[in-house]
Amino acid sequence: MKKIQDQDLERIIGQLLRYGVLLSSLVVLAGGIVYLIRHGGESPQFGTFRGEPDKMKNPAPMWKAIIKGEGRPLIQLGLLILIATPIARIVFSIFGYLSERDYLYMLITGVVLSVILWNL
Amino acid sequence: MTILLFSGLLFAGALMAGLLGSLTGLGGGVVLIPLLTLLFKVDIHYAIGASLVSVIATSSGAAAAYVRDGISNIRLGMFLEVATTAGAVGGAYLATYLSTSVIAIVFGIVLIVSAILSFVKQGDNLLTGPGSKLTRILKLNGTYPTPQGKQSYTVKNIIGGFLMMNVAGVLSGLLGIGSGALKVLAMDNIMRTPFKVSTTTSNFMIGVTAAASAGIYLKRGYIDPGLSMPVMLGVLAGAFAGSRILTKTKVSTLKKVFAAVILLLALEMIYNGVNHNL
Repeated sequence: MKKIQDQDLERIIGQLLRYGVLLSSLVVLAGGIVYLIRHGGESPQFGTFRGEPDKMKNPAPMWKAIIKGEGRPLIQLGLLILIATPIARIVFSIFGYLSERDYLYMLITGVVLSVILWNL
Repeated sequence: MTILLFSGLLFAGALMAGLLGSLTGLGGGVVLIPLLTLLFKVDIHYAIGASLVSVIATSSGAAAAYVRDGISNIRLGMFLEVATTAGAVGGAYLATYLSTSVIAIVFGIVLIVSAILSFVKQGDNLLTGPGSKLTRILKLNGTYPTPQGKQSYTVKNIIGGFLMMNVAGVLSGLLGIGSGALKVLAMDNIMRTPFKVSTTTSNFMIGVTAAASAGIYLKRGYIDPGLSMPVMLGVLAGAFAGSRILTKTKVSTLKKVFAAVILLLALEMIYNGVNHNL
């Protein structure tokens, strides 16, 4: 198998970021349209912080609400994809460094990933 | 006001913020939070959440192009991300303990510093040679494309740059901004990275830094979909449009006007923070 070079890694990382942002925007847009059709006539209430319900925070209840045709959880899924995009870039880099046998950078990248995942 | 109208106005405001931020290089996130809290009377916690997701969107979108062109120093970015992500996590936890007034005041101060920093003349650094031992162990020497071919460079003060990045990370997690100005400062003025490399590598790092704190904000219910949707789509569209017209317009006047607007917003934030109005 051909060894992955730094340039290949850079190209693939670029593509990953681009498609991640594109996909998430489309999902957010779709959710936004549903949300505005269902709730567009109500009055906005963002003045005081109340926190979000479970279906806006955890993937399982979020998915259940999306199946029911709710818009807001679908927007939230799009935002999850967006947050996952740079994290996917990190995961991908670990494999890239593994194939380059750059163990120091595998370790450094692993530390970055652990800091993020620890706190999710 | 209905949600439909509110979302439309937010989208328009975010579009302008993204466009001006991209044209002037000051970033769209810096005006979003004052816009949301002062004009739209949104709670600052929701505003920070919406700003953070917009920051991830614009930085990932822009980074895609720079990484492909081979300008960003990916190893340097990855190494410094240890500092920024750890800082961002700390900043996000800090945000839950500090009162909204304190956050508003800190935000105002950071806004002023960022605006001033953007006018400090950046000399075009170019350090060559083998670099220090640590630089070689970490393989931070790099090359970037120029019209004359590949130019190689080295970096210095790795520890100092690392610590400054940690501060940038804390502020990013606390305030929901990219803190690009501080990241460029750490690379440009401390590590002496070539200007083109520091700006693009900083952009590359912003997404990961913001993702580290966004997870915490999401879990705590700070990210509201109804608010984030028009803001994220607006900023992204504005930044995209800005990157298309960037090369054709003269931006120095625009930059001064935008910096003046930022300064006014910063003072307004500090004033409201001191008077507990937010």
